[in-house]
Amino acid sequence: MTKTIPDVVCPFCGTLCDDLEVVVSDDGKQLLEVYNACAIGAEKFLHSQAEDRLTRPRLAQEDGSWKEIGYEEAIEYTAQMLANSKKPLMYGWSSTNCEAQGVGSEIGEITGAVMDNTATVCHGTSLIAVQDIGIPHCTLGEVKNRADRVVFWGCNPAHAHPRHMSRYSIFPRGFFTGKGHKGRKVIVIDPRKTDTANVADVHLQIEQGRDYELLDALRVAFKGLPLPDVVAGIPKEQIYEAAEVLKSGRFVIIFFGMGVTQSLGKNHNIDEAIAVTRDLNEYTKAAIMPMRGHYNVTGSGAVWGWQFGFPFAVDLSRGFARYNPGETTSNDLLRRDEVDSVFVLGSDPGAHFPFSSVKKISELPSVCIDPHQTPTTAVCKLHVPVAFVGVEVGGCAYRMDNVPIETRKVVDAPEGMMTDEEFLEKVLGRIKEIKGE
Amino acid sequence: MAEFIIKNGFVFDPVLGIKGDKADVAIKNGKFVETTELSNPKTIDATGMTVMAGAVDIHAHVAGPKVNTGRNFRPEDKLFNCTPRRGVERMQGGFSVPTTFRTGYDYARMGYTTVMEAAMPPLYARHTHEEMRDTPIIDQGAFPVFGNNWFVLEYLKNHEIENTASYIAWLLKATKGYAVKVVNPGGTEAWGWGLNCENIHDPVPFFDITPAQIVKGLIEANEYLGLPHSMHLHTNNLGNPGNYTTTLDTFKLSEGIRPNSKFGRDQVMHHTHVQFHSYGGDNWGNFESKSPEIMDYVNSHDNITIDIGQVTLDETTTMTADGPFEHHLTELNHLKWANTDVELETGSGVVPYVYSPTIKVCAIQWAIGLELALQAKDLMRVFLTTDHPNAGPFIRYPRVMKWLMSQQSREEMLTGFKNSDKVIGATHLMNIDRELSLYEIAQMTRAGTAKALGLAHMYGSLKPGLEADLAVYDFNPEQENAPETIETAFGNAKYLFKAGTQIIDEHKIVSNGNKRTLWVNAKVNENPQVMRDVKEKFLRYYTVTQGNYEVAGHHYVPNPYVIEVDATQ
Ligand code: SF4
Repeated sequence: MTKTIPDVVCPFCGTLCDDLEVVVSDDGKQLLEVYNACAIGAEKFLHSQAEDRLTRPRLAQEDGSWKEIGYEEAIEYTAQMLANSKKPLMYGWSSTNCEAQGVGSEIGEITGAVMDNTATVCHGTSLIAVQDIGIPHCTLGEVKNRADRVVFWGCNPAHAHPRHMSRYSIFPRGFFTGKGHKGRKVIVIDPRKTDTANVADVHLQIEQGRDYELLDALRVAFKGLPLPDVVAGIPKEQIYEAAEVLKSGRFVIIFFGMGVTQSLGKNHNIDEAIAVTRDLNEYTKAAIMPMRGHYNVTGSGAVWGWQFGFPFAVDLSRGFARYNPGETTSNDLLRRDEVDSVFVLGSDPGAHFPFSSVKKISELPSVCIDPHQTPTTAVCKLHVPVAFVGVEVGGCAYRMDNVPIETRKVVDAPEGMMTDEEFLEKVLGRIKEIKGE
Repeated sequence: MAEFIIKNGFVFDPVLGIKGDKADVAIKNGKFVETTELSNPKTIDATGMTVMAGAVDIHAHVAGPKVNTGRNFRPEDKLFNCTPRRGVERMQGGFSVPTTFRTGYDYARMGYTTVMEAAMPPLYARHTHEEMRDTPIIDQGAFPVFGNNWFVLEYLKNHEIENTASYIAWLLKATKGYAVKVVNPGGTEAWGWGLNCENIHDPVPFFDITPAQIVKGLIEANEYLGLPHSMHLHTNNLGNPGNYTTTLDTFKLSEGIRPNSKFGRDQVMHHTHVQFHSYGGDNWGNFESKSPEIMDYVNSHDNITIDIGQVTLDETTTMTADGPFEHHLTELNHLKWANTDVELETGSGVVPYVYSPTIKVCAIQWAIGLELALQAKDLMRVFLTTDHPNAGPFIRYPRVMKWLMSQQSREEMLTGFKNSDKVIGATHLMNIDRELSLYEIAQMTRAGTAKALGLAHMYGSLKPGLEADLAVYDFNPEQENAPETIETAFGNAKYLFKAGTQIIDEHKIVSNGNKRTLWVNAKVNENPQVMRDVKEKFLRYYTVTQGNYEVAGHHYVPNPYVIEVDATQ
């Protein structure tokens, strides 16, 4: 006999689909089928069943080999490393639940760590822009129920957030959007002809790195003021036309991704994109939303927000929270040799940081907590595999629109494996002992 | 549990009618008891000091998505005020939107032990609860918003009170909410299209209902259920010159309705931050106070309560589920603007604001809040708030007390304003010589708020049997005191107890307490129609499934205090 578990939440991307159905064996140990998920989401679940999965911590040896150790030893190693560091970097936090993030924060407080998450290399620029200018935002249901103008800017949900378009943005029928796709005009702004661009009504094939100019031109066009013949590779007629499409909408939503946040201009691009949205609110209703990547990167910004007041790059090393992106951000710290150990949980800087940073991690005392083997686990001194959050343990996660959803446990973790939260709790307890708190 | 006796302080307790008499207060097993019941108590010497029950804040924005937006988008709010971890205290930061830890500690330092989060978007209930869980010491509850909810709009356009009530009961349970909150009824739904409802008869676009129908219907549904608190309202047209007529029109919707609640409240409508709703004139040039008109009404109608929403003349962060108002505000001050519209339920906005004493309008707003309280006949129905952080941060409560208790301090302010003559001309404060007593302050901050929330059986007094929440302040009411000493003493409790646990000793926080989350579980008769409607709306319009909507207990509400209501009869 098998059991089907409904309403399962996908712990892969910021779309955080919560309508999955998972079939498990009667004893709750084996995950058999995943329904409703996209290919990457389904793979995340099935990956927990991999035969070659590591189930015990392992420590790198002098000769480059690995030695399996027990969790107790791993906890001691981690606690000693953090307690003896002047300024540890505690990075990641995007693929775990808010409960673990909360415990991690307290460890950071006691050890004077720098807490940073993956926003540092993706939407950190968006967070900075929001601090400059704010953000007219909405939940994804508002998009589904009201939006008749949808813009995808520097993002390609067809590949990165595969169910976004069908669940929320292009295809669904909502309360005021009974015609679904037919009632919406979709604009894609991207230098590449992506699969998302293929379903758009208008594709503005912008010159790479010229986002700021095009955004600025749109603001000019809203006011009906003169433009040069071509801006950012787009003829002005097309820009006026796009501006008219946006202004004439009843509800405009702009989604943007790393194509804008990490191209030249960075947070200034987002400032301008938000200004476009603000301007549109003079004529109609408009909102803008970052396409957050990891399923709970948004949550770590939320937890640190209520605990420290800052969404990423929080430096606790002076005993209180400081925040200054460019100074307190992971890559800046690593490259300036300002941290003396690295703790990674819930992300993979080994795959996403510049090589020079990864090299620094490999030279420092370092611990990586991750159910998978990744480029990061390969360079850290200690790798602690843990249960999959959202598959083998539940916990709160925040969708890209900040809506919190509780992920569900569907199968048991392999015998004797710890969860992120359990591991961190033990490390916290041990650090308190070492520090005499 | 330890026993305590707090000896010889000047006690102020409106429930027991004690007006500063010297008395001993006994604590045992987390409750107040008769002194004769103690066997081996620890003694706290309160000689020469003021003793009151722990204070109860009826309306503040201290947890949830808009509060956190305020934190995260204002790094400047943390300048120069981040404090390190020390003793039992976690790291703290933030001025107008403090971190959760600072929120708990700062309330405790003022002698507050219970605080209501005044607006919870239901879809974000988990977030609100996570923040409350991380707020130490104080008991909290959160009010889910109903005034723009599609279920409510659809039921009430046909005056379906029973269905509305069933839905309210369902949502309170799903979100672990405490009361029915209404913010700019209909107007925030209209804001989904960039529109608004500026008065109570403006129709809500596409929904064929008016704000007046929403308010009246929700009062009736609230009384149908007999909830501990009344409907809690922020009406339409907030912040606009001339809006006092909208406020009076709204008050009148409660006429003829009597409370139906076993929880001892007398009101059917609590109108919040009335300062923002008491404006005369028709532009910012002839802007003036209409507090006498407002208070005449409040004084002569005992089925409503209000809180003042006192402007404190600080730089702060405004935040409200009144989405269109925040857009209006950002157009006025050109500062940064965050907005979030929430599917089927509500919206919100956040905008920083500087209430400068050199700006005439701000100074008039400051005067109006004080006038409301000083013209009140019954301070069991008029409460002290700053609508934190909208009119100012909650840490200014002791300063507001100073203004209410000292005519001298008010006059110094009034005559010191840059536009002094104009401010005095547009307000009534200069002619008011009333100085509130500590007894009246205890009504405004303890006995009255606890009663209005339907929590008089737990909080607001030192009566034996109630929760042992108690504050001792270094303030001798029998001495000649300079106004400043009021602010100093009441911002820095010398001792504090929460449910019998000592939280503050000699001004120092010594425990994080054992905070509870209050929520109301209203039992209603089965209502298949409402359950069908819920199912259908989740299938068609929500983006989370019904199965993932309810806030499960465990880590969101680790220490719940559930108030049971039976509305099945
Ligand atoms: S779109 Fe994202 S959240 Fe949804 S199933 Fe795919 S990976 Fe999972």
